[in-house]
Amino acid sequence: MQLELSPEDAAFREEMRTFFTTKVPQEIRDTVATGGELTKEHIVESQRILNAAGLAVPQWPVEWGGQDWSPLRRHIWHEEMQRAGVPIPLAFNASMVGPVIATFGSQEQKEKFLPPTANLDIWWSQGFSEPDAGSDLASLRTSAVRDGDEFVVNGQKTWTTLGQYGDWIFCLVRTDPEAKKQLGISFLLIDMTSPGVTVRPIELIDGGHEVNEVWFEDVRVPAENLVGELNHGWDYAKFLLGNERVGVAPVGATKRVLAQAKEYAGPLLSDPLVAARFATLENELLALELTALRVVAHSADGKPHPASSVLKLKGSELQQAVSELVVDLAGPASLASGAGDDSALEQWQRRATPTYLNLRKASIYGGSNEVQRQIIAKTILGL
Amino acid sequence: MDFTYDSEQKALREAVRGLVGKAYADFEKRRQTVAADPGFDEKLWQRLAEMGILGLPFSEEDGGVGAGPVELGIVAQELGRVLAPEPFLTSVVLAGGLVAAAGSTQQRQSLLGALAEGTSLLAFAHAEPGSRWSDAASSVKASSSGDSWTLSGVKEPVPHGARADTLVVSAVLDSGETGLFVVASDASGLSRDGYPTHDGGRAARVSFDDTPAEPLGAGGDASVAIERIHTIARVVACNQALGAMEVALDATTTYLTSRKQFGVTLNTFQSLSFRASDMYVSLELARSLVTWATMVLADDPASAGPAASRAALQVSRSGRHIGQEAIQLHGGIGMTAEYSIGSYTSHLTALDHLLGDGDFHLTRLSAAIGTYDEVDALP
Repeated sequence: MQLELSPEDAAFREEMRTFFTTKVPQEIRDTVATGGELTKEHIVESQRILNAAGLAVPQWPVEWGGQDWSPLRRHIWHEEMQRAGVPIPLAFNASMVGPVIATFGSQEQKEKFLPPTANLDIWWSQGFSEPDAGSDLASLRTSAVRDGDEFVVNGQKTWTTLGQYGDWIFCLVRTDPEAKKQLGISFLLIDMTSPGVTVRPIELIDGGHEVNEVWFEDVRVPAENLVGELNHGWDYAKFLLGNERVGVAPVGATKRVLAQAKEYAGPLLSDPLVAARFATLENELLALELTALRVVAHSADGKPHPASSVLKLKGSELQQAVSELVVDLAGPASLASGAGDDSALEQWQRRATPTYLNLRKASIYGGSNEVQRQIIAKTILGL
Repeated sequence: MDFTYDSEQKALREAVRGLVGKAYADFEKRRQTVAADPGFDEKLWQRLAEMGILGLPFSEEDGGVGAGPVELGIVAQELGRVLAPEPFLTSVVLAGGLVAAAGSTQQRQSLLGALAEGTSLLAFAHAEPGSRWSDAASSVKASSSGDSWTLSGVKEPVPHGARADTLVVSAVLDSGETGLFVVASDASGLSRDGYPTHDGGRAARVSFDDTPAEPLGAGGDASVAIERIHTIARVVACNQALGAMEVALDATTTYLTSRKQFGVTLNTFQSLSFRASDMYVSLELARSLVTWATMVLADDPASAGPAASRAALQVSRSGRHIGQEAIQLHGGIGMTAEYSIGSYTSHLTALDHLLGDGDFHLTRLSAAIGTYDEVDALP
């Protein structure tokens, strides 16, 4: 047993820390640090800086821009990025469709899509959930019917995050309506400028426009945009959802917000109840961070560490609990969410409640926390 | 960074598991052992001595093995897994640890040698009526006349205080500081009344009435030694609780998959299986902090106090959660003394209150939060 990082890993951490705090523009990092809203341009600029240095898609195969890092180093990369307030590379590109294309796509698909996906020249959207297919994703109904060299797609996707910026969308579509529900699904790449694609915003409880509905009406998609084999899309979706163990818990970002909240608290920090809330959250975050380290330090054989399922569950709860603390610290000022920059109140006070409301999503997306409990019960506890 | 045991540490775990795990594999054996005084198995204690376990933390010159916190934690986990009532934590780690830290060469060799050989039991008499996990003594007073010292006052509860062959006692000095003294079991003015604790352990009321005592080491203020040994004992206690929590969850999931109601096994009910999942989360969070605190302690014993508090806070929260839910998910059988699960909850409750509960440690941690930005997991 040894707590310290090896000298090589410690040097790696220093290298990451230096890069993230000196190469990514301060304006972008400040926006993240104060809980402001990033523009599309911010996200693209940041990812391109990372990509130019080989730091946007380290989890990809080396020949497509990845890094041959240990799980621990990927964890360090991810943590330091969050610590520095650098936006995480767009998950739809870097963590989702990229690895699927790199693993299951044709050579033509890899050459066409992977470089612009890494560089965020293509902004991907995710077309999985449907109005009647949430946790029960395999009940999805959007259909793709073969017609010559094309598929004709009809249906509706929903909760499409940042779909308003999307250039392309990767979709799970039903290609065999007769098969048992998981078996008739395919993984299809669709150009969002195709005729028949309509993106409609969904306004959320925080007042923001983060997610969308995407409608497909007789959208014609070249058959060459099918990834892997017909009717094997469920396998690729499972790969996509299970593949990102590193970074599933936003420990670094939550720690940063909690440390910042101490500044927000000011004299309130000497109130014993407030202090106890901070100390409790810090301790649970430390336990979560150490659990993440245990997982990455000992999952080198490719099999998920049993404790990895804890990360999403507890990580989202703590992210939410810290945002709740910030609302309480803002107190009456937290009502002023609609105030503009000429307000007499601080930006963090005005952003506190929208952020808190927005983060209710964290225990719902990516497999709701009830789904996580189901996974723990079934696969770890054998219940 | 490495969170795993090396091969020698694994061998130690297997050896202790082979001995203690086997001895108490049948819960009925444990029930019989704790039902009669001294509340533990003297033969098993002797076997532990032969294995070197009772001298684990002491230097070789003092008759020990010179092992560190990781090894102490391994032993404690194994004892916790079967609720072994042998007083490794209170006699070896706590009382023996104080002698090792503060005793003179002669005291260390005589007391620790006999402790390690299993021929003499030590106890630390520290808690007093009204005290709450302080490092200081307040009601037992030490008085000197020339070179000789006497103690007066009451200590309670003293773990294994009635059976102990020698007592290490904390007492207030004239200066107001806390000193440590050694008291022989046949000293005049010493009276001891032993009783079982709710988890099958043993404790005693120990009263001193002008009882002759020998200063431990050079005498004088011993607060630093007490604080350090409390830190070590807290981390070891956390390891013991971790072992107990592991088995409590395991027993619960086994029960859920075997017990039938409404014609199906209980694991069919999501309201029950989800609660077991939450117990698993509690267990893994505790495991992470206990493992971490053990490594912090191994790296730097002098500054491990906050790390011990962090582990103890999580273990207190997790232990209550797991212990309470384990009984609830078992239903009525969990209330019976005959079935093991309730004893796990009882023992976790005892460990929680031996050296400071969750709120005690939360108060300590809360007092310091303004002094740093964030908690560093890695040195």
